[in-house]
Amino acid sequence: MTEPLIAARGLVFARDGQTILDGVDIRVNPGEIVTLVGPNGAGKTTLVRVLIGLLSADAGSVERRPGLTLGYVPQKLHLDPVLPLSVKRLMTLTRRASRAQVEEALAETGAAHLMGKSMAELSGGETQRVLLARALLRDPDLLVLDEPTQGVDQSGQAEIYELIRRVRERHDCAVLMISHDLHVVMAATDRVICLQRHVCCHGEPRAVAGNPEYRRLFGDLAAEVAIYRHHHDHDHDLHGNPVPPHDPAACNDPTHGHVPHVPAGERMP
Amino acid sequence: MILLEDFILRALAAGLGVALVAGPLGCFVVWRRMAYFGDTVAHSALTGVGLGLLLGADPVIGIMAVGAVLVAFLTILGRRGRHASDTLLGIFSHGTLALGVILLASMETVRVDLMAYLFGDILAVMPADLAWIWGGGLAALAVLLWLWRPLLAATVSPEVAQAEGVPVTAVQVAFMLVIAVVVAVAMKIIGVLLITAMLIIPAATARRFAASPEAMAAIAAGLGAAAVVLGLVGSANWDTPAGPSVVAAAVGLFALSPLVGVLLGRR
Repeated sequence: MTEPLIAARGLVFARDGQTILDGVDIRVNPGEIVTLVGPNGAGKTTLVRVLIGLLSADAGSVERRPGLTLGYVPQKLHLDPVLPLSVKRLMTLTRRASRAQVEEALAETGAAHLMGKSMAELSGGETQRVLLARALLRDPDLLVLDEPTQGVDQSGQAEIYELIRRVRERHDCAVLMISHDLHVVMAATDRVICLQRHVCCHGEPRAVAGNPEYRRLFGDLAAEVAIYRHHHDHDHDLHGNPVPPHDPAACNDPTHGHVPHVPAGERMP
Repeated sequence: MILLEDFILRALAAGLGVALVAGPLGCFVVWRRMAYFGDTVAHSALTGVGLGLLLGADPVIGIMAVGAVLVAFLTILGRRGRHASDTLLGIFSHGTLALGVILLASMETVRVDLMAYLFGDILAVMPADLAWIWGGGLAALAVLLWLWRPLLAATVSPEVAQAEGVPVTAVQVAFMLVIAVVVAVAMKIIGVLLITAMLIIPAATARRFAASPEAMAAIAAGLGAAAVVLGLVGSANWDTPAGPSVVAAAVGLFALSPLVGVLLGRR
């Protein structure tokens, strides 16, 4: 078994008498996409913050692989208009990079045309693409994304997850993300961890979707996922156009990633 | 020509030294919404002067020491979260101002010009003061440049910075200490009540003309220098108090900036 990038055991975290995490075990292996799902208040963001060292747990252990390079995309970047910040400048926030490297990273997330813009001018989807490009520029071993489709409209959400999947393949990095978009994210992840203060179930997406614990937590939404799978006869490219289906649920071999069936180049006219 | 007299030249050199470092530093004060912190450090400088004189040390050393204690207190107490940070700052700000006035008033053996400490006495700058201002100012500027990338990252998003390995708390403490140093060297010329003006007014004026943080810092330094020159020229011509004249010039530039912005076609 390969050495995990992050492994945590028995995490307990409480604030103001409320237990937010209660004995959580989690590990992220190199190159895998792990998605945290769970109802509001389930402790997803707290767990991620503990894992990346923004909070310290009251009990339990977190081990990060020595020298781990992390790229973090926060749920929201609260930018103050008092601080003039261009896309180009944001890209080198925590690490130096040449102009060519910045351009390459932005191009990879479909944000090359935003290079000269001010961050304040960007839409939600554009901001997420820029933030993702910035994290990629660090050449991370692990990308951590807290609700990467925050502020992105419905049609843009699938594009963002598709982008994350492509990025993982090209950079061979692991991805740990939090998501609310159950039906979309299921298709773009290797492993799902369903959190409700403790890990109530985890595993490959299809197994989790069928798990009674999961169904109890999500109720109708879980049913929607099942229905979505039945009617899944096409996929959407980065522009929202239908393309031939890619259904990881039909793939029972968990040892490999899910490569898009249409090469990326053909998807970007 | 009154402008070329020695004391005016020294005043100019001192003022420009302060403006060059106060501009970039002030940008961070503005970005991080720390204007009140700047005021508090400035007010605590009066206690620093009092303690310095009492213990026979240079007032500049006293100011830096009190500033460092203040930073330590705020960092530790701020974490507990029992009082809002502006409440804590208010307690320190007014407490140290009052204590400073009491200390200075109680010193019978030393004749202290309280007005000079409150509003500065730029025309009385001596060559030794110039050495303090330029030495301290350049050192502060060097530290600020060294801190620039991590400090900017911690300003834009402390969470992203910390997650990606920036020692956020250490960087913030270092930044506050730099403010204490700049306040200490600038107090002589601009006074404890007006120092914050040199930090925030040029920075606020620069915002309109800057498209990047670095440009804003450079423009703020230039605007601060312009305010020093205009203020001292005005002070010499109309016989107005020098420090307040410099601040008035800075405010004048701020007030005029929308007009200049329109002429340049910026926002």
